[in-house]
Amino acid sequence: MAAVQETIDAVKEIGVEKYKYGFTTDIETEKAPKGLNEDVIRFISAKKKEPEWMLEWRLDAYRRWLTMEEPDWARVNYPKIDFNDIYYYAAPKNFEDGPKSLDEVDPELLRTYEKLGIPLREQELLAGVRRQGEPSALDGDPADSVYASGRVAVDVVFDSVSVVTTFKAELAKSGVIFCPISEAIRDHPELVKKYLASVVPVSDNYYATLNCAVFTDGSFVYIPEGVRCPMELSTYFRINEENTGQFERTLIIAEKGSYVSYLEGCTAPQRDENQLHAAVVELIVMEDAEIKYSTVQNWYPGDENGKGGIYNFVTKRGDCRGDNSKISWTQVETGSAITWKYPSCILRGDGSQGEFYSIAVSNGAQQIDSGTKMIHLGKNTSSRIISKGISAGKSQNTYRGRVSAHRKASNARNFTQCDSLLIGDQCGAHTVPYIEANNSSAQFEHEATTSKISDDQLFYCLQRGIPEEEAIALIVNGFVKDVIQKLPMEFAVEAQKLIGISLEGSVG
Amino acid sequence: MIEIKNLHVKIAAEDTEIIKGLNLTVQDGEVAAIMGPNGSGKSTLSYVLAGKPDYEVTEGEVLFNGENLLDMEPYERAAAGVFLAFQYPMEIPGVATMNFLKAAMNAQRKARGEDEYTTPDFIKKVKAAAGKLDIDMTMLKRALNVGFSGGEKKRAEILQMALLEPSLCILDETDSGLDIDALKIVSDGVNALRDPKRSFIVITHYQRLLEHIVPDSVHVLYQGRIIQSGDKSLALHLEENGYADVIASAA
Repeated sequence: MAAVQETIDAVKEIGVEKYKYGFTTDIETEKAPKGLNEDVIRFISAKKKEPEWMLEWRLDAYRRWLTMEEPDWARVNYPKIDFNDIYYYAAPKNFEDGPKSLDEVDPELLRTYEKLGIPLREQELLAGVRRQGEPSALDGDPADSVYASGRVAVDVVFDSVSVVTTFKAELAKSGVIFCPISEAIRDHPELVKKYLASVVPVSDNYYATLNCAVFTDGSFVYIPEGVRCPMELSTYFRINEENTGQFERTLIIAEKGSYVSYLEGCTAPQRDENQLHAAVVELIVMEDAEIKYSTVQNWYPGDENGKGGIYNFVTKRGDCRGDNSKISWTQVETGSAITWKYPSCILRGDGSQGEFYSIAVSNGAQQIDSGTKMIHLGKNTSSRIISKGISAGKSQNTYRGRVSAHRKASNARNFTQCDSLLIGDQCGAHTVPYIEANNSSAQFEHEATTSKISDDQLFYCLQRGIPEEEAIALIVNGFVKDVIQKLPMEFAVEAQKLIGISLEGSVG
Repeated sequence: MIEIKNLHVKIAAEDTEIIKGLNLTVQDGEVAAIMGPNGSGKSTLSYVLAGKPDYEVTEGEVLFNGENLLDMEPYERAAAGVFLAFQYPMEIPGVATMNFLKAAMNAQRKARGEDEYTTPDFIKKVKAAAGKLDIDMTMLKRALNVGFSGGEKKRAEILQMALLEPSLCILDETDSGLDIDALKIVSDGVNALRDPKRSFIVITHYQRLLEHIVPDSVHVLYQGRIIQSGDKSLALHLEENGYADVIASAA
């Protein structure tokens, strides 16, 4: 059997084209039985050593989910998902099967960590080479301190479990809690009970409800009053196992006057089957607090004919609960076969602010239906939406957004700018804005443009000696500049490169 | 040196032949002016030499320093030393002129197997070249050609030409849209680049430009062919008498 598997893997290797994160990690995993029923949910809950109230909460969500129907209003097409053909839990069996030293770890992965400024000894933890608390092979190595300056604390979620969280002890000194959500359920039940599903209700939508029933891991962040989180927090999500869904749950709470910047990155192996990713992210921001949430999403997009790839059905919502609070979403979306995602802000507190900066790149047969919702409830609330969609190949890229002002939201302000760039003549860009003002003092502005990289622009660059792919990357990076500038610096460079890679082969 | 031999060109999408057996040789260090009435194929010639994909060469050859130019990709031609100053330079939104210059210079150096410029070296070079063309460094922070005036666009073209140090410079109606002062600055910029190893093809409608950039030879292009060649006095003759008698004597 092993030999057959090797052959399959070898053939897969040859098929790898452009998606550089398409590697699979060969480790033994423990899975729940395939399919979804109450026993599977009990299995997950038991694996996570959850208290009874959590299990009941999950089962309740599952029963509600059974009565719901899959939404079909988005501008995406895909065959019906068989929810009983998915594994809902997969976890590496033990770390002994993992790599023994950093030399055995995928160098691309390490380079990514390096770019993020993660010290080598933290990289050992991330790669599963070493367990927290064990001595490091690098003890005493001067190279270890190289990355000590620009630090990022990282949580890595591998299929259904959080593998490791770095810098925990140091963060704890300032009272910041940064841990896997499964741990938070056990160690901080009062916080979880208070805030979980307080922004995205259990029956908010089909995928969010499914997530409530089967979510396996994700990050939990709590920033106490008046604390400015001393470093960037980051979660790296990876779906590794075949036919496995990833249902992560992220909950971030910023107490009065606090600040945190949080980054998430996602990759998945290249597989012919579609994989499901249905996450829920909830942000709660109190008075004068701010959360900056950045995403670089690079799930496997499938091949150019639309075979394989991740179905990305994500509910992200932030609640500006306190006065003068602020949420800023920045996202760079280059992966996934199907994207269905609308990071939103509920501007409840007076004077609260919401921002959404997005770059969505689609190539090949990718379909994106993404945007945001800015719900103005409080007085003097303001929001800003800058969306840049880039479509190439045969892809379809839709911006869908809603801006609304409640009756009592006097002086609500919104500025929306939606720009689409088309590359080639077989792709599509669509803009679907919904604007709803129930207060006569609201001022909403919407600007939209659609442009095409013209042959003349391209020829101009070529004539100056810039090869075609470099020229497209240059023009596209010019197009997305406003949003890239909003990303944390280390991520901005990565994002620019990622956009270049995603558009390779998009012309000619 | 560039040698164009019996060149025939049509628009790829149509069957219209634009250049019909054109012969022209421009030596190293020579400035050749090409004049001709509208629609005679002047811009087409510049595009074909630069490798614009909308055109199809049906016959003939072009040798650039002995190499077959028509076999090369447009960006390879650029790295080999062909530069086209566009009549209508394209806007590249969001890309600072400075960044564009760096991308172009380093891409060409890379293609020739040379080291890329370090940032201090690059900035030093740009500052020196920009100063000569009366270009303010703040202009170079703006997106390339976006919101540039006609004069700024043409000066930006000549700046690129100066920095890329090509061996064949093609100027496509560089004088169009320029006032007298801008014309002088641009012409001075071009003259400063005159070099025994560099050839120029200057396409223009007007003698006016040739008072500033004095050509070594003048060629009249009509209906896709060179119908008369001469020295700079030919341009003066055309200015006074129009194209009619030259066309009549060629027929």
